[in-house]
Amino acid sequence: MMLDIRDLRVSLPTERGLLNAVRGVDLQIARGQTLCLVGESGCGKSLTATSIMGLLTRQAQITTDRFEMAGQDLTRKPAAGLARMRGRDVAMIFQDPTSALNPTLTVGRQLTEGVMRSEKLSRRAAEARAVEMLERVGISNPAARLAQYPHGFSGGQRQRIMIASALMGRPKLLIADEPTTALDVTIQAQILQLLGELQADLGLSILLITHDLGVVAAIADDVAVMYAGRIVERAPARDLFVRPRHPYTRGLLAAIPVPGVTPRGSALPAIPGRVPGLIGTLRGCAFRDRCAQAAPDCAADPVPRHGIGAGRFVECVNPEEAST
Amino acid sequence: MLSFLSRRLFVAFCVCVTVSALSFALMFLSGDPAIAIAGAGGRAEDAEAIRIAYGFDRPLIVQYLDWIGSAVTGDLGQSIYFNLPVTEIIGNRVGVTLTLGFISFLVALAVAVPLGIAAALRPNGWIDRIALIIAVSGQAIPSFWLGLMAIVVFGVWYGMVPISGAESWQGFILPVIVLSYYAVPELMRITRSGMIDVLATDYVRAARAKGLPMHLVISRHALRNAVLPLVSLAAVQLGQLLSGSIVIESVFALNGLGRLAWESLLRSDLPVVQAIILVLSLLYVLLTTCADILNAVLDPRLRGAT
Ligand SMILES: Nc1ncnc2c1ncn2[C@@H]1O[C@H](COP(=O)(O)OP(=O)(O)OP(=O)(O)O)[C@@H](O)[C@H]1O
Ligand SMILES: [Mg+2]
Repeated sequence: MMLDIRDLRVSLPTERGLLNAVRGVDLQIARGQTLCLVGESGCGKSLTATSIMGLLTRQAQITTDRFEMAGQDLTRKPAAGLARMRGRDVAMIFQDPTSALNPTLTVGRQLTEGVMRSEKLSRRAAEARAVEMLERVGISNPAARLAQYPHGFSGGQRQRIMIASALMGRPKLLIADEPTTALDVTIQAQILQLLGELQADLGLSILLITHDLGVVAAIADDVAVMYAGRIVERAPARDLFVRPRHPYTRGLLAAIPVPGVTPRGSALPAIPGRVPGLIGTLRGCAFRDRCAQAAPDCAADPVPRHGIGAGRFVECVNPEEAST
Repeated sequence: MLSFLSRRLFVAFCVCVTVSALSFALMFLSGDPAIAIAGAGGRAEDAEAIRIAYGFDRPLIVQYLDWIGSAVTGDLGQSIYFNLPVTEIIGNRVGVTLTLGFISFLVALAVAVPLGIAAALRPNGWIDRIALIIAVSGQAIPSFWLGLMAIVVFGVWYGMVPISGAESWQGFILPVIVLSYYAVPELMRITRSGMIDVLATDYVRAARAKGLPMHLVISRHALRNAVLPLVSLAAVQLGQLLSGSIVIESVFALNGLGRLAWESLLRSDLPVVQAIILVLSLLYVLLTTCADILNAVLDPRLRGAT
């Protein structure tokens, strides 16, 4: 297991009380595998990713039952262990590429500083690797551009620089928070292909956060569907697309237009209702207010988890009914 | 960078011209300078003679060019009260003020910047609270009172330092403390708030994600961006400190520029007042120009680099 995390909980103090944003998340990624984390905005995807990196604000309260990454057990002392692993064993691409580069340092400096420290590379060797990485993410004339500052690059170029930067240390696990949202489709395809190549070359494991189910279909081995701070369904990508079990997953899939199938101009079936507030404790299924199959049992706590074969589970009172 | 530099220097030059014209105009602000020199009870013939002797009868533009021409060569005219060259009078007094101002500035920076950074690293931590107390008290306590109390306690009661004058270096200890205490709060607050803003940015988080240790994240990524607002403020503060504080110089009996300006005003010694105003204005222009250039060195966006 490249990543094995059990019962991750993240709470943030707010003016209105403690926000339980992540409420018991389990994530497992095998070596060389890609897990896609999907779910609507605000469900806690970025908080999950950032807490795995140990880069949440000091105020955040994080607990886990088990936390293993790249062969290290981090359950007891996550902070100390992560400090040694960041940049070499695990790297992260943040959601907003425009602000993730320091405006006062050259791109070359920002790409090379990590490996010059962690791998004791010379400037020349680090720059050679930076040029290679920039080339791979599709930045033209990379050697000359190392001396430039971030504001000389477009948003999409900066995002690619961020991807190159995350790959500089040849990590074993890459956490990518919506790495391709600002990119046009050709570049997006190029980046996904690059990630695939790296996976083949280096046995890279990827935790990819995305809204884009097209990206999921292209790259995911497994998919975890997150709703209101919990994983409500997890399945191999193919199985999930073919036979979604959770009513929420079905709603998500129904919201994608399929050319030739969805009548042109027809409204896509949106999921009615709103996500429940996560301040204080939430009992029972968080989705029941929006669920067409909701039953009185859905208020029972905890929500039963049904394992279906290897690596697949769904958290729903009545998943069989949901699947028909 | 070159185009930024030439643009910035051109602006500075224009400001210098404006400032010098304004200081020149001061001479005429209080009415006819010839009458002012002759004194309120002076006769009309005396005023007329003075007008010719000082050249006040010439066109204004000629007088200005003449004045600025000699000012450039270091001749700022004669003091009416001392009957000595203004340059000499200012030269005698400026040393004390510059020494006091520079040292106080350095002390204030040495206290404010590390304290501001430490406070920003843990907002509401104990260092932050101490910093807050220092800031609030520094702004609330008037410097003349603090100066007098310091003299009473350390000079009179304990006799640790001389209570007045600048004959020995010990004489500077109390004024430096009082003056820097006055300068610390603003410098510290801008360091703290700049640092808190920068520490919350995505690029600082990205730097940590690369595995850089915290001290490098702070020194390389955070500090450089956090000091940008500090540089501009520090230039203005240094200008204030170098202008000489009338209060501090009076309390500690230091013969500096602040007191000279005050005394000359009382004596209607206009050439001295005018010269001090000119010198201080040019000093401000110099300092703010340097601050802008320093900021451009730190931030490539300001100098239009790619
Ligand atoms: N620093 C913070 N302080 C307080 N609340 C926060 C903080 N960061 C995130 N949240 C809240 O936690 C919840 C989860 O946020 P998160 O950023 O993980 O969402 P997300 O799933 O990544 O959404 P998106 O798809 O829009 O990026 C949101 O309700 C958000 O408002
Ligand atoms: Mg997010």
